[in-house]
Amino acid sequence: MRTFAVLGISCWSGFLLMALELMSGRILAPTFGSSIYVWGAVITVFMLALSIGYLIGGRMSMSEPRIAVLCGLHLLSGLLVLPILFFELPVLDGIFEYTQDPRLGSLLSSVILFFLPAAVCGTVAPYAVRLLVKDSQAAGFYAGLQYFFSTAFSAAGTLLTSFYFVLILEVDQILMLLIGVTVFMALSAFLISRKSTP
Amino acid sequence: MKFCAMKFKVALACLAAVALTPLPAAAELKTIHSEKSLYRNIFVTEDGDLRCLTFRRATAGTRQTCFEKSDPQNLYFPYARMMMGALYLNPNPQRILIVGLGGGTLPMGLRGFLPDAAIDVVEIDPAVVKAALDYFPFKEDANLKVHTDDGRVFVKKAIKAGTKYDLVMLDAFEDDYIPEHLLTREFLQEVKSIMTPGAVIAANTFSSSGLYPYESATYADTFGKFYNLKAANRVIWAQNGELAPQSTLDANAKMLEPAFEKRGIKSGMLFLMLNGSKDWPDDTRVLTDQYAPSNLLNSRGKSNR
Repeated sequence: MRTFAVLGISCWSGFLLMALELMSGRILAPTFGSSIYVWGAVITVFMLALSIGYLIGGRMSMSEPRIAVLCGLHLLSGLLVLPILFFELPVLDGIFEYTQDPRLGSLLSSVILFFLPAAVCGTVAPYAVRLLVKDSQAAGFYAGLQYFFSTAFSAAGTLLTSFYFVLILEVDQILMLLIGVTVFMALSAFLISRKSTP
Repeated sequence: MKFCAMKFKVALACLAAVALTPLPAAAELKTIHSEKSLYRNIFVTEDGDLRCLTFRRATAGTRQTCFEKSDPQNLYFPYARMMMGALYLNPNPQRILIVGLGGGTLPMGLRGFLPDAAIDVVEIDPAVVKAALDYFPFKEDANLKVHTDDGRVFVKKAIKAGTKYDLVMLDAFEDDYIPEHLLTREFLQEVKSIMTPGAVIAANTFSSSGLYPYESATYADTFGKFYNLKAANRVIWAQNGELAPQSTLDANAKMLEPAFEKRGIKSGMLFLMLNGSKDWPDDTRVLTDQYAPSNLLNSRGKSNR
């Protein structure tokens, strides 16, 4: 049951990350365009955020790893999407006032809007691996399992968002959907794991 | 940043250096220039007297623009003539903005009629600018400048600088790709805000695809009534303020006739395509920065094209 909960969080965390990355291009386009620089900036910031998140998540998993913490991290990654809904326009307008260069502008905007949620998504992966691994012999197997689920759902998040969600929902509605499901997944994983380990 | 820019330039140079193997094309079609740019494959092809700029593949199906070497003044494609027809609404614009360069047909066409107008052209792809300068009868002058920028960003900068235009031409769509942020209510409102009172906007788009009603509703939302010209392409003529009546168009057409005829533009042909009435459902959703699945909508009903 615990494994199931950890993998569930891994799946949705992967979905959230890529759906958010796709939406971030959409969010920046009205201000900085959709040139190759804008996508380059978005991908750079997401990769950087993930790499730092991995480092922090790995570090955190060293002391008393608990599923409650994993649920907390996942919840936090979803809640950190919330400020985008409220501050996206003032942030983008402010940065455009400061610089009209699409490279610097989109890098700065991506850092301010997307760095934190993406970094916290990154912490989930190593922490989840630590919770899955029962003996060091099987560490690689569980790491592979975690990568498989999170990355397969990243693919799903990319495809569903770009082919379907954008046809029926507005950008903000997609973000709200992502936040809602993240909160739901974090809470249900927490409850499931509590039930199975009294 | 500097380091990033340098690395980027190196990557750019590598990209540019990749020689393209010419694709198999019709026997008489000669590829005289090909380049893989940051955004697309660019081909300049020649078929006898006709030289064309083509994106993606060196076939006639994806031609962006063409000119006849023996008669470079003649506007070869109907869409270019339809765009020029926007002068019927205001025959003497002093400041002009063109989004999307292609082979430079529109700026050079306008320059022919309006020797003193200040023309700003925005083109996102530096390789297209180079191709237009090297292979097409396009050249900059003291009052005609190309800016390598995203159209939306350029308009935002113009708002900040307080620059206004009497004529705006939007020609940034490819055969099957639409920059989605250039077809939203917010973008059109930004464009409207840099237009002088009575200024004209002409947009070159698609005549039949699932996008048609959405695009129509979006233009109507910002500009109200507009003229619609439908052929293989679709061109929209709209105005910031009251739309000029047909009688004004007729009068201006008469005045422009001698100059227009030399370039193959016949008002009779254009007025045949002209339609001012609404031919899309009332409840069509307006495209916005929040909702802009233009490419997905455009690929629907493609078989009708």
